[in-house]
Amino acid sequence: MPKTLVEMTNISKSFPGVKALDNAQLTLYEGEVLGLLGENGAGKSTLMNVLGGIYKPDTGSIKIDGQEVTIGSVVEAQKLGVAFIHQEIALVPYLSVAENIFLGRELKSAGMVDKRRMYREAKQWLDMVGLDVNPATMVCRLSIGRQQMVEIAKACSLNMKLMIMDEPTSSLSENEVESLFHMMNSLKERGIGIIYISHKLSEIFTITDRVCVMRDGSYVGTIITKESEESDLVSMMVGRTLDNYYARTFNKPGEVVLEAKNINSGKRVVDCSFSVRRGEILGFYGLVGAGRSELLKAVMNLYPRDGGTVTIKGQDVSKLPTRKIQEMGIALVPENRKLEGLILKNTISFNISISVLKKFIGKLRVNYKKEKEIVDNGIQSLAVKTPSRTQAVRNLSGGNQQKVVLAKWLASEPEILVLDEPTRGVDVGAKAEIYKIMNELAARGMAIIMISSEMPEIVNMCDRMLIMSGGRIRGELDKSEFEQTKILHYAIAEEI
Amino acid sequence: MSKKFDMSKYEDHGILGPFVRYLKANLGILAAFIVLCLLITVMAPNFMTVNNWLTILRTVSTTGCLAIGVMLAIMLGGIDLTGGAMIACVGCLTVTAMERWGMPMVPAIAIGLLVGIVAGFIDGWIIAYSGIHPFVVTLAMQSILRGAAYLIAGGQPISLYANTTYPIIGTGLAGIVPYPIIYMLIFFFLQYLLLNKTKAGRYIYAVGGNATAAQFSGVDIKKVKIMAWTISGFLGAFAGIILSARMASGQPGTSIGAETDAIASCVLGGTSMYGGVGNTGGVLIGVMIIGVITNGLTLLHVDSNWQYVAKGLIILLAVYIDMIRQNKQQSRSE
Repeated sequence: MPKTLVEMTNISKSFPGVKALDNAQLTLYEGEVLGLLGENGAGKSTLMNVLGGIYKPDTGSIKIDGQEVTIGSVVEAQKLGVAFIHQEIALVPYLSVAENIFLGRELKSAGMVDKRRMYREAKQWLDMVGLDVNPATMVCRLSIGRQQMVEIAKACSLNMKLMIMDEPTSSLSENEVESLFHMMNSLKERGIGIIYISHKLSEIFTITDRVCVMRDGSYVGTIITKESEESDLVSMMVGRTLDNYYARTFNKPGEVVLEAKNINSGKRVVDCSFSVRRGEILGFYGLVGAGRSELLKAVMNLYPRDGGTVTIKGQDVSKLPTRKIQEMGIALVPENRKLEGLILKNTISFNISISVLKKFIGKLRVNYKKEKEIVDNGIQSLAVKTPSRTQAVRNLSGGNQQKVVLAKWLASEPEILVLDEPTRGVDVGAKAEIYKIMNELAARGMAIIMISSEMPEIVNMCDRMLIMSGGRIRGELDKSEFEQTKILHYAIAEEI
Repeated sequence: MSKKFDMSKYEDHGILGPFVRYLKANLGILAAFIVLCLLITVMAPNFMTVNNWLTILRTVSTTGCLAIGVMLAIMLGGIDLTGGAMIACVGCLTVTAMERWGMPMVPAIAIGLLVGIVAGFIDGWIIAYSGIHPFVVTLAMQSILRGAAYLIAGGQPISLYANTTYPIIGTGLAGIVPYPIIYMLIFFFLQYLLLNKTKAGRYIYAVGGNATAAQFSGVDIKKVKIMAWTISGFLGAFAGIILSARMASGQPGTSIGAETDAIASCVLGGTSMYGGVGNTGGVLIGVMIIGVITNGLTLLHVDSNWQYVAKGLIILLAVYIDMIRQNKQQSRSE
């Protein structure tokens, strides 16, 4: 029986209008990787923020190494050996690797910063996590994956006992993920406990020893990874079995509503032509950087375009500004909801209504009733979980934020909907809901274009698929021809 | 948000709505304002009189006009530093036009306002299209306008004798209320309408909150920016007209640093320097606080050099208190 490292019991935490944690619990042993799984808004992040000293719990006890502790701040958490690797990199980009590792506790000799000693010692920590970089390198020169390794090296130098990793692989390449896992295994051997938050079930099964599942702020259960299957975890997470995950009823598509011909944009988009019909879901598959987002943005004049024509419902819109093109009935739900989709500090109401102000703001007169109607309609039809429509969007979970972005674009009642990675960073339950909504919209005759890097969703949801690589459309497949090897063949096609 | 009394449910209802929203957004600064007034009342008995309040309002009317424009720039995550120089330049231009070029009053004023609008438009245009930081652009424009003020006036103040109606713009009374107070309140009301009752107002919040998201939502960011700085230029010019009319002269060296008072008013009034957050009522109180501090210190016979120091300290304190309050609110709602 391994030694218990952390024991959290009966942790509750409320925010105004939301009970974020309700008697949550968690046990972590020495030298294990514990997966922490749950839908967006299940309370994983809140629980980890309690352990990391960012939030104070309302009730409950935390034991580290058998000692009852109160963690009042991030610094106290660090002193107790808790390291938190956040989704976003928390390093100073214009300082060297070594300076970052020793930030705030610079090594000195005779009152001066001793750079040479810092480089030497930093090198030891970097070796420990298996990262081969010069400690004098500026952090901004490193890839995201390597920056993350630097953060872990820094955590090691702080004498950590346990490490919390919040979706560490979301911006890593496959090789980087592999070396991350390799490093995690070597940390395990040293007796360090790791709590690993991820939505990617395949990763959970690769790296974790046990999985703790949460739902609606409460503890659901803990299972041993080797002894369980994916469907067990999913049903624990959603509290029901998800049959018909990809809801899609196929209808015969109607007439062409959008046609793009010979779209070019530097080297990012090369000579792309496509069209989409009413009631059809058209998929754009490709690897990251294939030029899919750029192509669709270029179509809407959101991205520089050299030549090509775009027609919507038979009308040439190539030269119109974005707003006019949108008024023709096309909406683009961008990939990065925080950067491109939402105004985080503003309310749900503000965000949903911003692209349809014309519907309720006349000459110096705001029709608040109409505004409320539009917003409530959006909240209801997408089942956004929120105590009020005046809630700031940044207080919502990722899945609910994504629904607000969708609601915002559906408010403009588009006939053509472009969805760029609509389920990225969204949990299984919300994913299923988004698929259901897409299906309904298509059945009502909307033309949907879905850009996605997830093979299963694109294969199951689309009528037709275009595969891009290197800025070109390499292949077109019909529903009957969808086959993983074929798709990949096109996706990795090189320049001819 | 208080748990015991959740004001948010009253926000949408009836005529009380705007009032409740206003209270909720400005509770801290309003309390600070009242405490400040009470303090000064106790120490200076002649503070709480109608005449003194009219004096305060009249002195803040130029700062007020500037603040209304500067706030729009700040709401977009930018800044407008042209205020003081704009007042000087437009004042000198309008007075010179009447006194030396023999122009009638109306065209002279029109030229003055036009210069403000054009200068503001140029600021906005450069900011929107070049991506140069507004601080730099408006700092440069400040220098240009100040130089222009001296050039137009020939290096020294010029008094106005040719026109006797013009000074009334700055000194006239409606009953007992000086005209400049009325102008300022009208502009505040117009800004309230702009921010709350028009699409353009929401676009300002959107662009200031997240320019990329606004662009994806079909907002013409460049247009919004140009609009904000143009309005700010116009209001600066109007302040210049008020001041030169009140003094019946064009003073090329006047109002140095007036823009800092305007910026301070905005920040005191809860406008976020990061953009996207702010409300008209808050800025009005911010303007009043600045006015009351200056007036109170004068009544208390504080040396005018010390007044600057005191003003700086009070601004720091007020903003700090407000920041603590907002942080508390935020951590509770996250």
